[in-house]
Amino acid sequence: MKIERHHQKEQDPKVRAKNFTEPVYNFDPETAIAEAKRCLKCKNAPCVNGCPVAVKIPEFIGKLAGGDPLGAAAVIRETNNLPAVCGRVCPQEEQCEKLCIRARMEGPVSIGALERYAADYALEHGPEQTPPKGSLKGRVAVVGSGPSSLTCAADCAAAGLSVTVYEAFHLAGGVLVYGIPEFRLPKSLVQKEIGKLLSLGVQLELNTVIGKTITLPQLLEKFDAVFIGSGAGLPQFLNIPGESLNGVYSANEYLTRVNLMRAYDPDSPTPVARGGRVTVFGAGNVAMDAARTALRLGADRVSIVYRRGREEMPARKEEIRHAEEEGIVFELLTAPLEIVGENGRVRAVKCVRCELGAPDASGRRRPVVIPDSDFEIPCETAIVAVGTSPNPLIKDSAPDLKVTEKGTIIVDEKGATSIPGVYAGGDAVTGAATVILAMGAGRTAAASIIEYSKTDKKQT
Amino acid sequence: MYKIIKKRILAENIVEFVIDAPAVTLNAKPGQFIILRVDGDGERVPFTICDMDKEKGTVTILVQTVGYSTKLLAQKSEGETIRDFVGPLGRPTDLTEFKKTVMVGGGIGAAVIYPQAKFLKSIGKPADVIVGARNKSLIMYETEFKAAARNLYIATDDGSYGRKGFVTDVLKEVLDNARYDAVFAVGPMPMMRAVCELTKQYGVHTVVSMNATMVDGTGMCGGCRVSVGGKALYACVHGPEFDGHLIDWDTAINRSGNYREQEAAHLCKLKVNG
Repeated sequence: MKIERHHQKEQDPKVRAKNFTEPVYNFDPETAIAEAKRCLKCKNAPCVNGCPVAVKIPEFIGKLAGGDPLGAAAVIRETNNLPAVCGRVCPQEEQCEKLCIRARMEGPVSIGALERYAADYALEHGPEQTPPKGSLKGRVAVVGSGPSSLTCAADCAAAGLSVTVYEAFHLAGGVLVYGIPEFRLPKSLVQKEIGKLLSLGVQLELNTVIGKTITLPQLLEKFDAVFIGSGAGLPQFLNIPGESLNGVYSANEYLTRVNLMRAYDPDSPTPVARGGRVTVFGAGNVAMDAARTALRLGADRVSIVYRRGREEMPARKEEIRHAEEEGIVFELLTAPLEIVGENGRVRAVKCVRCELGAPDASGRRRPVVIPDSDFEIPCETAIVAVGTSPNPLIKDSAPDLKVTEKGTIIVDEKGATSIPGVYAGGDAVTGAATVILAMGAGRTAAASIIEYSKTDKKQT
Repeated sequence: MYKIIKKRILAENIVEFVIDAPAVTLNAKPGQFIILRVDGDGERVPFTICDMDKEKGTVTILVQTVGYSTKLLAQKSEGETIRDFVGPLGRPTDLTEFKKTVMVGGGIGAAVIYPQAKFLKSIGKPADVIVGARNKSLIMYETEFKAAARNLYIATDDGSYGRKGFVTDVLKEVLDNARYDAVFAVGPMPMMRAVCELTKQYGVHTVVSMNATMVDGTGMCGGCRVSVGGKALYACVHGPEFDGHLIDWDTAINRSGNYREQEAAHLCKLKVNG
């Protein structure tokens, strides 16, 4: 039977472009149930195969359809300990929803929206559930407190292991708090999720930079196993003239100032560029986040400069749509040449138009510069969002840790690194990727750590 | 929370804090820095580790009250706490390869060169030290430097103490009189630049410490990038010390003024005495 997909209601783009609250509203109970009833409960559940942590999708949606959101949330939590986060930031259209049987008909079941509904309901109404703890003995250090680390810590703690999470910043959450903006992922929600983790008995040590405050070899003296989930925090620049001018930011710096350092609050002492004209380089989720944040800080005009075409933009489709609706200008097939300054500050970015040529190593068609097509986009702020690579601090303190040329940590299929007892996952291993892939890696590593904890280390 | 064990006013607008932070002392070495946040809404501000006591687990920092956060910090008393305190960050200084070193500290820069001077003395290679400031009241650590340095020279802009003139005037004489392997200069950027221009003429290797604006201190924001020999390096992870002869000073000085207007505007909101 054909039933049209229910969509979440959204704030008016003109209004939401000026505030930091979520653009998308949660489903109301009736809509959630109606949408849940669209699920065909496929026996082979293709949607589950698309999920990096294999959430039991038809099962949780079945609970929702039966009017049991707490039950639904419990099903999700069996394999995903950050459901309220994933319901908001997962690229569902590339994963579970893409494989939904209804996707080929009138549109897939809104799995992401339903996950958010169940998770938010449980955060608000659910009893504090403390699952039965395993009886394993052993001490595990988890480096970083982003999605891979939180997942690994939760799984290890549930098995009974004593877990300490080390975070370099003054607040836990990693990219969930410094990178993803408030309007896309409310910080209060992240802290609630972390609160749940702490209720499992996980210790949290803030202000501790592994590789500096404590080195990896020192950690191994105190712990039986270590998980490294330190992310990909090192920003890449374009290496074009003018990047040292005042007004040029890495997206990391810009977003960290606004999110973690709360510059979105005008009373915060954290300075950041506000208003004026802003140009963002790149077209991934981070670029969309930076562009939309700039609008919310009062920018008059925000442009996104991307050297490939619309189809190649790596951001979630919803983020691209939201950005366009909010009035962000897309300069596609456009490559930056230089950031032009005046009195030490940004005055414009000089760009050139491109067309798509033959496919390159990534399989995407390579942009080719069109001669004599350069032009200037006047602006006072330029934000570089063209990717990040892993931080070398841990590696520098542990020469035995094998990494690739790009600096990503080398692991086997179980998440084990070149050092016995040391595991890794998330962006530190893959380079910048998604929250859910990082969580999947955290889960794999936790399973390996649990196995490792059962072995007698003295013999290995 | 990190407790203030001791607070001492060293000079006009310069306060020394001894902070209880045993975790930081575990691996800290001279030349490294910490980042602190005074309170829950605070900025992350870097300070050089000026001294430490590994047994007591304390770290000493010098605070010059120039902006919002440093004024807020200066209002804190002994026994009170600081919200966040993380480190050690950056690479330690290594001047041990040089046989004969002269150190130059301008203003608060003395805080950075003092632990180095103390360390070089401890390994039997005491340095000559030049300390300069606008006037006598801004000269700090004189007793400590006397104990650590081979020779101590003091200069003040107004001649109220030591000799009248800039540290570069003294440095020129020192370099004229003897051969040195390295100069280590720390202070305001124009001073470090002037030192580098001088030492270039003498062909003496010169190391400077860049106190750039930064957020995380772990290489994450890239805000502290300094152009060194045409490459963008991060003061927080590649530095804070660099070969002064390779630094693009125009760019560095321009970047240091990035937030001057916003900082001034915010300072007006702060109800502080003095």
